[in-house]
Amino acid sequence: MRVPFSWLRSYCDPGRPAQHVADRLTMAGDKLERLHRVGVGDVAAFVTGRVVDAERHPDADRLSVCKVDVGRGEPQTIVCGAPNVSAGQTVAVALPGAVMPDGSTLGEAKLRGVVSSGMILAEDEVGIGEDHLGIMVLDGDVPVGAPLAEHLPIADEVLELEVTPNRPDLMGVYGVARDLHAVTAAPLAEDPTEADAEPRGADSADEHISIEIDPEICLRFTARVFEDVKIGPSPLWLKQRLTAAGQRPISNVVDITNYVMLNTAQPLHAFDLDEVRGGGIVVRRAADGERMVTLDGTERAFTSEMALVCDAEGPSGIAGIMGGQVSEVSDKTTRVLMEAATWVGPNIMRTSKALGLRSEASARFEKQLHPEQAIRAQRLAARLMVDLCEARMVPSAVDMYPRPLAPRSVELRPERMAKLLGTVVPADEVHGILDRLGFEPRDDDGRVSVTVPPWRDSDVQREADLIEEVAHVYGLDKLPTTLPARRAAVGRLTPNQRLHRRVEDLLRDRGLGECIAYSFTSPRALERLRIADQPALRLENPLSEEQSVMRPLLLPGLLDAAHHNAAHGRPALALFESAHVYRPSGPLDRAGTGSPGGATPALERHHLAVLQTQALPGGWRSEPRPADFFSSRALVEAVLEAADIAWRPESAGQPFLHPGRAASVVAAADERDIGWVGELHPSVAAEWDLVGPVAGFEIDMDAVAELSEGAERVYSDVTSFPAVLQDIAVVVADETPAAAVLAAVRGGGGPLLAGVELFDVYRGEQVGEGEKSLALRLEFRARDRTLTDEEVASLRSAIEAGLAEIGGRLRG
Amino acid sequence: MADLAQLRTEAEAAVGAAGSAAELEELRVRYLGRKSELTQALRSIGELRPDERGPVGKQANEVRRALEGLLERRTAELDASELDQRLTEDHVDVTLPGDPPVPVGHLHLVSQIRRRMEDIFVGLGFSVVEGPEIEYEYYNFTALNHPPEHPARLPQDTFYLAEQVLLRTHTSPMQVRAMELKEPPIYIVVPGRVYRPDTPDATHVPMFHQLEGLAIDEDLTLADLQGTLLAFARQMFGEHTDVRLRPGYFPFTEPSVEVDVSCFRCGGTGYEGSERCPTCKGEGWIEILGSGMVDPNVLDYVVGSGYDKERVQGFAWGMGIERIAMLVYQVPDLRMLFDNDLRLLEQFGAGP
Ligand SMILES: [Zn+2]
Repeated sequence: MRVPFSWLRSYCDPGRPAQHVADRLTMAGDKLERLHRVGVGDVAAFVTGRVVDAERHPDADRLSVCKVDVGRGEPQTIVCGAPNVSAGQTVAVALPGAVMPDGSTLGEAKLRGVVSSGMILAEDEVGIGEDHLGIMVLDGDVPVGAPLAEHLPIADEVLELEVTPNRPDLMGVYGVARDLHAVTAAPLAEDPTEADAEPRGADSADEHISIEIDPEICLRFTARVFEDVKIGPSPLWLKQRLTAAGQRPISNVVDITNYVMLNTAQPLHAFDLDEVRGGGIVVRRAADGERMVTLDGTERAFTSEMALVCDAEGPSGIAGIMGGQVSEVSDKTTRVLMEAATWVGPNIMRTSKALGLRSEASARFEKQLHPEQAIRAQRLAARLMVDLCEARMVPSAVDMYPRPLAPRSVELRPERMAKLLGTVVPADEVHGILDRLGFEPRDDDGRVSVTVPPWRDSDVQREADLIEEVAHVYGLDKLPTTLPARRAAVGRLTPNQRLHRRVEDLLRDRGLGECIAYSFTSPRALERLRIADQPALRLENPLSEEQSVMRPLLLPGLLDAAHHNAAHGRPALALFESAHVYRPSGPLDRAGTGSPGGATPALERHHLAVLQTQALPGGWRSEPRPADFFSSRALVEAVLEAADIAWRPESAGQPFLHPGRAASVVAAADERDIGWVGELHPSVAAEWDLVGPVAGFEIDMDAVAELSEGAERVYSDVTSFPAVLQDIAVVVADETPAAAVLAAVRGGGGPLLAGVELFDVYRGEQVGEGEKSLALRLEFRARDRTLTDEEVASLRSAIEAGLAEIGGRLRG
Repeated sequence: MADLAQLRTEAEAAVGAAGSAAELEELRVRYLGRKSELTQALRSIGELRPDERGPVGKQANEVRRALEGLLERRTAELDASELDQRLTEDHVDVTLPGDPPVPVGHLHLVSQIRRRMEDIFVGLGFSVVEGPEIEYEYYNFTALNHPPEHPARLPQDTFYLAEQVLLRTHTSPMQVRAMELKEPPIYIVVPGRVYRPDTPDATHVPMFHQLEGLAIDEDLTLADLQGTLLAFARQMFGEHTDVRLRPGYFPFTEPSVEVDVSCFRCGGTGYEGSERCPTCKGEGWIEILGSGMVDPNVLDYVVGSGYDKERVQGFAWGMGIERIAMLVYQVPDLRMLFDNDLRLLEQFGAGP
């Protein structure tokens, strides 16, 4: 909302500069976006002058050489190109050195051989309007040589305010003035919508026009009729106000409708009454598919949700949004029907969004205006129609207002306000603030009963709303700063959140970089991962196909990140992400409107995933280690050990994994499959332009958290009796898994075998063809005694026997 | 026996001047060996007169012990200096990097900021809770006092998956979920991802992160909100930070306030030297969050869990984590945060 400062000050002038006023308004909730300067620079070089003499330029037909008295001795010689200049006119003059609105400085200029000392001004040259056809001719009684700024608004400032959706009243200059009055207590001029014009004649409006409305879409429709209207340009003051506020001046009648809207927030529409076909207006819903050409020259189609203003032959405007080309006011208009209506805000908003058509009018109507504002706006418009267009106002108005609203009354409890704000606002302050805002507070047995003015009706309906009004104007800067007097609450992270931090830190400290990728992915990415057949959740209104599916796993985001970094010179990397993934958990749609009772619409799980193309970077004397199954497995081991979970790998494939170098991660406690670890299928990696082994894992952290719960440990004695360490080498068939060897060793060693660690795998000459040797370190320990050599020997025999059962033997 | 004294003087000088273990060995043989003068002297003691044997023997033994001690010390000294010399020759280029490398990774900048915020609010007595990102319209809008016709519900402003099912547009739905689960008092913060169908540009991305706060108790005031956010701002932005409340508008708070912090770049002056501060654009204040007293209509939706609007009251706020990234870390373009470009992410260190 652009608020010209001079206009604002004409209603409320705290006597302070624009920036100060804007700061006060900002702190009251009318936030300044920008402060603009409009019009000329320094006003000193602009004066009034009288044309003493105007002669045609000897060498140019279209130029006049004028002598202009600017009250400074000899008249100035000024060359002027305007066709309407003539001797005797009082005019606006820019003297050499003047700074024009575009920032240029006026110098002395030689025009076809004649030196021109200054410029006779047209309105566009001082930013008042757009007219450049002729110079401005001032009233003859304006003194010569006076500062021009005293007679014309040639320099102004404009406050561009951000208006919140709850304050339609601030979409009008007078509404802003009222807020300024409330915060500064500077006097407020009378509401310009109070006084009405004098009707003339013995007829009445309803003899000229009939109105029919649908009360579901139109809360009020007022119409006034004006005759003998003289269409012409608006006066300069009006043009300046419109121009500064960002509206193009058009003609007096159209300008009046815009001016009243900018002043009161109530939009109006002027019809050429002679063009209203059938002499009547009907407000109705559109028929589905009905069409009309709007004022902007576009043909638009409507649905039955939308409200139209029609005459006997069809639509003439989209209610509350934009008029049509039929019955538009033109130069030939002499009879005007002035409409001021009240529409249903949400309906206007839906229509405006659906048509992609926003206007100054719809921006106001969608915030829900009060029906009282319509008739108020008619009063100001009527006075201007009579004053500026010399129109005759036909007595009475047609006023369709089927369900009049009673003024709203809201109760305010001072103790409630103090309890909410944490400070006591003195009672007289409360009254003063409400009164200045246009509310009517009355003391009512310790409570304050407050009547809400119509222009605040949509926003202030409850006690809390009144408290907000008082707090905003009283000054939030006057609030004390306190901390809650806490009773029983202690802040903490949950065990789950601490677990997330632990595993994220663990990966970070092993050199991995955390990524955050979009939660959406593309159907194409799921195809490339060969899981397009698995259920996934689609957005109804995605921004693009690339971001149209909620990702069912984290892997695609990490692949995208790896691709991006590889393309920017970083092919060797190790990344992780810790975030939600999404799958359907049944039909999404929901019928009821009450609380879902804590249910969630979809299956959302917190996953942790790693992608690495490198296990360890190389140094100046060490080779880099590429990623492979084991480098990723080592990370899973670390993560699950940090979570205190026992697990085992099971060979089960995902379609995107290497068939021989990947495994499922299975929790030992309940056999649950909690993820995968391994190398990506080379063809899948190639889809992301990644060459060489790409390995990783993805596990369900919600499952990990559940499994990790309650894992409590107690002390186990390790100091009283020494352990016996022995290394063994076990030869088994190549295809025997290491896990089977370890299980056999553990089975043989029994409880006295405190630990087994695999530290080497050997294939080669020293073992047979198709065999391998696993080197194991055994730790024997008893809690209550030192083991004897005999005991250890017998344990070894038992282990040897166990190994024999899986075809293994001890070597050496 | 003047020759023994002279021998000692001579030997001590020789040992002192010796520069290597070999020389010392040579001197040991010369002065203490079987054929040395001293050994000869001790052997020939028997040839002396009985009254001379004692004093001469004593003196010879003294000289022997002194020379032995001296030789031992010199040997140790020479060993040490030879070791030093050997070690000095065995030097490495200490300016070479460590090897093999032990890389330290990094947390994403958004995670770093999120953790800092969480930790500050945990310190202020708030618990951290998280919630679903695919959400019911009820929790995202209805129970947060957005009327059915509120424009934020339109598909232009909200991603939908089905009738009444959407991607949460803010972390606020967790306010309602948390209150349904727990009766007052409640003090929580809610970090997490939120979504809006904004066409991406430098300051808009369709997914970003917020941190929501909610405190409901019997007597929380707007002044308490100010104090809580001041305590947060001072830990987050520096101990000299001030906060300022400005009137605002949100459907689910009343009164609503916007919270500004004094600019941490220019110290609230609006200028860096004679240049207008680029962070606060010369205003001295930066808007960081929206907040207010929880609207009574919101409490009505959870009255069944003990939130009687006449008995309990409180405040709520929501702030953007990426906005802090832009303000504090001067990241110029939000889109860069989700490209996961290591050249950007590694700039911010390992993280807390
Ligand atoms: Zn600054």
